[in-house]
Amino acid sequence: MYTKEIDYSFQTKTNRTALRQGFRDGIPIGLGYFAVSFSLGIVARNAGLSPFQGFLASALCSASAGEYAGFTLIAAMGTFLEIAVITFITNARYLLMSCALSQKADPALPLRHRLLTSFYITDELFAISIARPGFMNPYYTYGAILIASPCWAFGTALGVIAGNLMPLRLVSAFSVALYGMFLAVIIPAARKEKVIAGLILLSFSASFGAAYLPVISNLSDGTRTIILTVVISASAAILFPRKSEEERTQV
Amino acid sequence: MTTGQIYIYIFIMAAVSYAIRVLPMTLIRKPITNRFVQSFLYYVPYVTLAVMTFPAITEATQSPLAGLLALLAGVAAAWFGAGLFPVAVICCAVVFAAELIFL
Repeated sequence: MYTKEIDYSFQTKTNRTALRQGFRDGIPIGLGYFAVSFSLGIVARNAGLSPFQGFLASALCSASAGEYAGFTLIAAMGTFLEIAVITFITNARYLLMSCALSQKADPALPLRHRLLTSFYITDELFAISIARPGFMNPYYTYGAILIASPCWAFGTALGVIAGNLMPLRLVSAFSVALYGMFLAVIIPAARKEKVIAGLILLSFSASFGAAYLPVISNLSDGTRTIILTVVISASAAILFPRKSEEERTQV
Repeated sequence: MTTGQIYIYIFIMAAVSYAIRVLPMTLIRKPITNRFVQSFLYYVPYVTLAVMTFPAITEATQSPLAGLLALLAGVAAAWFGAGLFPVAVICCAVVFAAELIFL
């Protein structure tokens, strides 16, 4: 029900303002990305990637967990199929976020904006995009991408380069930044929901067991991650099915 | 491993990452209603991130104990509401301090 067509060209003042706001909100995100992608660059270096290859992977994938899993598989010389499956599994949450964002987009939003905004659906950009009232403005997203994406890509390249030059002690310290970020995503949810807290503890134990138990420890890191994720998440989905949106809002 | 192979790996990662993001945004205009699929997709990120964090964090550092301490500090910081960047910094600082003492 529109009184007038929404203008999705860059010429309008609203869109330029949105671009600026997105850029501003993207600055703290970019700083965080820089530190974390530096740590990711160390993983890329260990997998045998050059600084340019690290830059390219980060510019094209923009996914911390997905790239991390991919790099560990490259290091283990995994198969192409394995790398496709692990990328799918570790990025599965973006499938959910993309579904959510599709509900937030104006039905009249042109395809080119859908194609471009989808490219950078990450935990943080999803969070700031969904938090804005009304339909998603693609220019807001572009503003945030303009700062976040270069930080992520250059941080990775720098990690590959400096990982070689830095003292071992610093490499060791920086290499946990990525895990810190993973924890910052999962722990707040664990605090809110007992099921998630239980699942995280179970996942830690299962992953620890799988790394040292005979037979399963012979599988590659990536394959173990795929198996554990599918088995644990599917069991949880059967045992603790989520209430639908309507049921939750009715409570 | 050849350079060409690495570019193929990167290409596959990029193609899958983009497909996952772009398909729902362009194709799905209705919410997912299947409860199992919905619940499964909801749990996946937490499980996969947890699986990838431990015991890997203890293997990333020179001293496994430093990694373990970083895990505990990171969990505590995130539990008490620290954001992405602060938690990452705290983990790094703990490893640095711990390895100064242990190594």
